[in-house]
Amino acid sequence: MDTTIFLFLLQDGIINGAVYALVAIATVLVFAVTRVILVPQGEFVAFTALTIAALENGTMPSTPWLLLALGVLAAASEFIRHFRELNLRRVVRIVLFDLVLPVALLLLTRTLAPMKLGQVTNILLAIALITPMGPMIYRIAFEPIAHSSVLVLLMAAFGVHFSLTGLGLLFFGPEGTGTAPLSQASFSLGNLVVTGQSVAVLIVTAVLLVLFALFFGRTLLGKALRACSSNRIGARLVGIPTSAAGQIAFALAAGLGAISGVLVGPLMTVFYDSGFLIGLKAFVAAILGGLVSYPATVLAALGVGFAESLFSFWASNFKEVLVFTLIIPVLAWRSVYAPHAEETE
Amino acid sequence: MKFSRAMIPGVCALAILIVPFTGLLPDYWVTLFNYIGISSLVAIGLVLLTGVGGMTSFGQAAFVGFGAYTSAVLTLRFGISPWLTLPASLIVTMLVAGLIGAITVRLSGHYLPLGTIAWGIAFFYLFGNLNWLGAHDGLAGIPPLRIGTYALTEPRDYFVVVWIAVVLAVIATQNLLGGRVGRAIRALRRSTRAGEAFGVNTAAAKLMVFVYAAMLAGLAGWLYAHFQRSVSPGPFGIGTGTEYLLMAVLGGAGRVYGAILGAAGITFLRDELQNFLPWLIGNTGNYEAIAFGAVLVLILQTASNGVWPILFGPPPAPTPPKPRDERSPGRALPAPGTPLLRVQQARKTFGGLVAVNDVDFEVESGRIVGLIGPNGAGKSTTFNLITGVLPLSAGQIQFEGHALRAQTPQRAAALGLGRTFQHVEIVADMSVIENVALGAHLLGRAGPLRAIFGLDRSEEALLFADARRQLERVGLADVAFRPAGTLALGQLRLIEVARALCLNPVLLLLDEPAAGLRVGEKKALARLLREVRSEGISVLLVEHDMDFVMSLADALVVLDFGTKIAEGVPAAIRQDPAVLEAYLGGVS
Repeated sequence: MDTTIFLFLLQDGIINGAVYALVAIATVLVFAVTRVILVPQGEFVAFTALTIAALENGTMPSTPWLLLALGVLAAASEFIRHFRELNLRRVVRIVLFDLVLPVALLLLTRTLAPMKLGQVTNILLAIALITPMGPMIYRIAFEPIAHSSVLVLLMAAFGVHFSLTGLGLLFFGPEGTGTAPLSQASFSLGNLVVTGQSVAVLIVTAVLLVLFALFFGRTLLGKALRACSSNRIGARLVGIPTSAAGQIAFALAAGLGAISGVLVGPLMTVFYDSGFLIGLKAFVAAILGGLVSYPATVLAALGVGFAESLFSFWASNFKEVLVFTLIIPVLAWRSVYAPHAEETE
Repeated sequence: MKFSRAMIPGVCALAILIVPFTGLLPDYWVTLFNYIGISSLVAIGLVLLTGVGGMTSFGQAAFVGFGAYTSAVLTLRFGISPWLTLPASLIVTMLVAGLIGAITVRLSGHYLPLGTIAWGIAFFYLFGNLNWLGAHDGLAGIPPLRIGTYALTEPRDYFVVVWIAVVLAVIATQNLLGGRVGRAIRALRRSTRAGEAFGVNTAAAKLMVFVYAAMLAGLAGWLYAHFQRSVSPGPFGIGTGTEYLLMAVLGGAGRVYGAILGAAGITFLRDELQNFLPWLIGNTGNYEAIAFGAVLVLILQTASNGVWPILFGPPPAPTPPKPRDERSPGRALPAPGTPLLRVQQARKTFGGLVAVNDVDFEVESGRIVGLIGPNGAGKSTTFNLITGVLPLSAGQIQFEGHALRAQTPQRAAALGLGRTFQHVEIVADMSVIENVALGAHLLGRAGPLRAIFGLDRSEEALLFADARRQLERVGLADVAFRPAGTLALGQLRLIEVARALCLNPVLLLLDEPAAGLRVGEKKALARLLREVRSEGISVLLVEHDMDFVMSLADALVVLDFGTKIAEGVPAAIRQDPAVLEAYLGGVS
């Protein structure tokens, strides 16, 4: 391997790693706040890319219909479960968020889609369509079992993943698509050709990570979420509603997933089920980061991305095997050195 | 004729031999039942691993793959008879599971399931990319099982093979769970501390369960390969692994028969969804995946303890082996008055906090010594230092001349230190007598293999006789077969005392045994401890009830803020100004 190839692989790895970092951050956030290991996180990524691709073609994406379906389910499940505690405010909130918002987005998409308003509109619309799915899914699947063990939540997450993948095939079809790059520019750096796309990925990721750090370090809401993650009962005792915290965490996760989808769309052909592997690789990074530390997670995600591009150069057939095996030595190290904690149920 | 549990396997065996040939079941259903049987084997392993042992694996499908591919390669490439590849399949899964297990089972909490997801996916891609294994197309044309020259190609014939394997697996698993190692495994999920305090090697027990579950999956893989007659990576991925886990959870955590119910439920559900949904919607799509995921979430929301307990209630009381009249050989107890436990300059710091500050004291054999002090005095920490739960920061502790420097709870148990816990550590879903028998863990020798083949019965009888005798001593013989979780706190404390006595201890360490006991129970406990002393067993007691400890102890050691402030006979301690100061505040 010469320097050119190495640098090329490094660039490739860092770009992938940056996307994994965003998804992994979302995974860590959701786990910390709700103890849910969000297996379906990758679906947000894939669905966003597919939505943008449809908008670029000037066709109406199926995403608003999916959103409306989830909204109806979320509203129905809340009405059934909390029938006795319903009051006007709550009903209005449910109707507004679960029904009016999806219908409004549906009409908006229908109007805007044929107009081909360009990349920025497409991206913003796609993010707006995907982000509300997070809290809806939380309310449908996870809120009723919020106090169960990590295992039960993890299995429910797999259930959601199965359903969403099936819905993805139903709404988006089996064809894969890519989206237009964020920037056509490219320049040379010595022997290395740096594309505008990769610069865009890095800038977006870096900005988001800084915003994330500010949100959790400086704002009351961010601090409340951190409180939920370190001690759920304590957070409830001081008046932080853990259900709302869960919804916010899921909204942030879906939003971050959507932005990752924007970034990943031009890099690869995205299919309805592509999200799973992206999510799982991010998840490897999240585990390498110990599921708690955000900076460690970002470093681990960059490492996973770089390892992936190295592996695909050396042994492309065994790329996935090797990426997922990365986790084993880390876990082994942890099992020897991490203090043993008994699982509490 | 009265129906007894012992007859279940016989009835099942008869049904297996007859049902497929009666013509009652159409071929389609026979095939479905074969798949249910194969999945049941994996689910039974998972029940043991997850429901009983508290370890979650999403990767069992990979072990099924190892079993299936081993047999496929050996029969196709080397022409070995399928019957001979069975041990090979089992050994390969055993080795792989041993290796992975050694790395992953020690992981705490949720890292274990996460680890299983990762290696589950890695193996899936490995199977799919090795040309030697036929890559993504897999291997076809695997020879069927043969008896003589008769090939078992018909689903009906294969039904017999599959379900005999299931019945054998159920029997083996029940035997394993009922025995000495089984109790240790069942203690894992609720309380590793209790198991370790009586000599259970937690890591080894976990690894054993992991390998056992993997070997059941390997067996399922072997059956799958010779039924399907071809293997490809598809069914060995993480999706199938999740499905197996779901079967175990759906059936009911920790219920062996529930695994079969769960396997049947999921297999039928998937099959029905595949048949019914296209008919309903009139379109072929991935609807069954959508519905399957939704059903999974609904099941977890409504019946996360599984269906079996809902249908059939709580587990029946165990039928222990008939107790024998013998007792386990006792331990040679040292002569009364010889120094037994010597704590010298023992020190324990947590960060900057000195919890135990250069404490010295001795316990002579045949004596009851009380360790008292206000809250936060370091009594329980001292206890944990002696029993090896915490390592010493400095100083030393000697027991019968052995320095307890790099002490583990298991080693303390082997030396004859039997303990109770300040916060009771009882396995709530095990019966009282089984909890007590856990104390006799080190008196038995039977390993997993002897338990699986039912060869541990006479030893078990001895252990249960010991447990029964100790339960009688603490006055709880009449609740011996109740689930321990249904008892009151005071009774649980007495169970812990009985369990500690089951160890045949030299020194009994009791951490607040009288807390939560009523007056009558306290008197009975005091009587019991005097009796124990008269047998030559020494007692070290942490207690807050002053009347109780003053009337009982031969000597007292008083701690305050980690430092020993007084030592002597109870009458002297009562007058000691330093003690009065510590308990009542200044008297000046």
